[in-house]
Amino acid sequence: MKRLLSILLCFVSLSVFANEPAAEGEKAEGFNPGEMILHHIGDSHEWHWLATDTGNFTTYLPIIAYRPGKGVSVFSSERISNGEGEASGKEYDGLKLDHEKLVSTDGSKLYDFSITKNVAGLIGSAILMLVVFISVASGYRKNHGRAPKGIQSFFEPIIVFIRDEVAKKNIGPKYERYMPYLLTVFFFIWFNNLLGLTPGAANLSGNIAVTMVLALMTLVITLASSNKYYWAHIFATPGVPKPLLPIMIIVEVIGIFTKPFSLMIRLFANITAGHIVVLSFISLVFIFKSWAVAPVTLAFGLFINVLELLVALLQAFIFTLLTSMYIGGAVEEHHDADMQIGYSDDSEAAHAAH
Amino acid sequence: MLPAFLSPELGLIFWQLVIFLLVLFLLAKFAWKPILLALKEREDSIEGALRMADQAKIEMQQLKAGNEKLLTDARLERDRMMQEATQMANQHRETEKARATAEANTIIQQAREAIQQEKNAALAEVKNTAAKLSLDIAERILRRELTDPAAQTQLVDSYLKDVKLN
Repeated sequence: MKRLLSILLCFVSLSVFANEPAAEGEKAEGFNPGEMILHHIGDSHEWHWLATDTGNFTTYLPIIAYRPGKGVSVFSSERISNGEGEASGKEYDGLKLDHEKLVSTDGSKLYDFSITKNVAGLIGSAILMLVVFISVASGYRKNHGRAPKGIQSFFEPIIVFIRDEVAKKNIGPKYERYMPYLLTVFFFIWFNNLLGLTPGAANLSGNIAVTMVLALMTLVITLASSNKYYWAHIFATPGVPKPLLPIMIIVEVIGIFTKPFSLMIRLFANITAGHIVVLSFISLVFIFKSWAVAPVTLAFGLFINVLELLVALLQAFIFTLLTSMYIGGAVEEHHDADMQIGYSDDSEAAHAAH
Repeated sequence: MLPAFLSPELGLIFWQLVIFLLVLFLLAKFAWKPILLALKEREDSIEGALRMADQAKIEMQQLKAGNEKLLTDARLERDRMMQEATQMANQHRETEKARATAEANTIIQQAREAIQQEKNAALAEVKNTAAKLSLDIAERILRRELTDPAAQTQLVDSYLKDVKLN
């Protein structure tokens, strides 16, 4: 964290130093690193692969909009694509793009179900996951009762780790029914974190809508599997004097929602922050307009990118670990203070996470 | 108003929910279930094999202990048998000895009896011979005394009387 901060500070001071001589040129070019970065981490209705001097390589994605009264309209985003640098451009079927947001020209209500860049990336990663893990599963059919081979032997230790170190330790004997969710969420986050680091790909796991859905699923699973001890712990927290209970109940009830909220923010913020830092270093090239800055950009950009590879795995692990801790807290038997003393390491760990 | 990247969009929430649940369902059915099942099966088989090996080891030890016990038993049995045999031989010898002694005693007794009889017979013969001798002597003495016929007749008569009586 300290290191990250010092890198950021270094970047800020450098940009200040650089701003003076380049001020005019920058204005003329209209390069705004903040806008560029937000554009890159944000969603889009087209998939912009790369731009050269002669033009852009863009895949136009389908727009699907539902307007009450008007029904559903589906068309290619090419019809309303904004030109370079334009805030809003063409109109089609009473719809236009205001920056990246789909709006109706008459200002009426609109639900945007378009296959955006993130949705397309989501479909791609979903297909990738299905292909990878179904082929892993077929490996178990082919090498039945024998040592794993190929892709199967790469994923087996990870699956076993999630099962033994994450699910079994935090959930306890009922871990088996949560394994599909835990494994799916772990690999979904990991795959999409890595895909998000790929140049040109969608930044899916750094999107708050995606992390919100994942966190809500954890919340729903936790509440759906909660037992009476879980609720007893919330509405009659053991060891709390009676007059304090009303306050504790409020705190505990808020706690139910802060847990998934923290899951949502943690994943989103970590991935977004990583992307912003990488993009900031890349922006240095455009800010300085000099070859001399290339070593710094490359070195720091590479460093942060490699760090992000670690963060990609780490965040997937943390999300899965915390999810299993929350589920473990909900399904745990004997959820009272007396039993927890010297009961087991796992329950204490789960308790500490509350 | 939140910045665009902080406000979750409805469209993406919808697609994320639908596609994630679909992936979850498909992976659970076609990937996680067979994978976890296969892992469990393999672990169970490994554990079973280890347990069997342990059991075999214990059985082996038991077998070894059994063999040793058998060997010890056999040794004890042999010792016992040998002791018994010695004892029996001793006993046999003792009884034989006793029997032989008894027989010898009987023979000695019989011999003694026979000797006694022989002695008695010899004594009786000696007595007879002595009586005969004394009779002969007495006869000769009598022959000289009975020179006169009267005495002879008398003597013959007494003899005849004796013969008659016999």
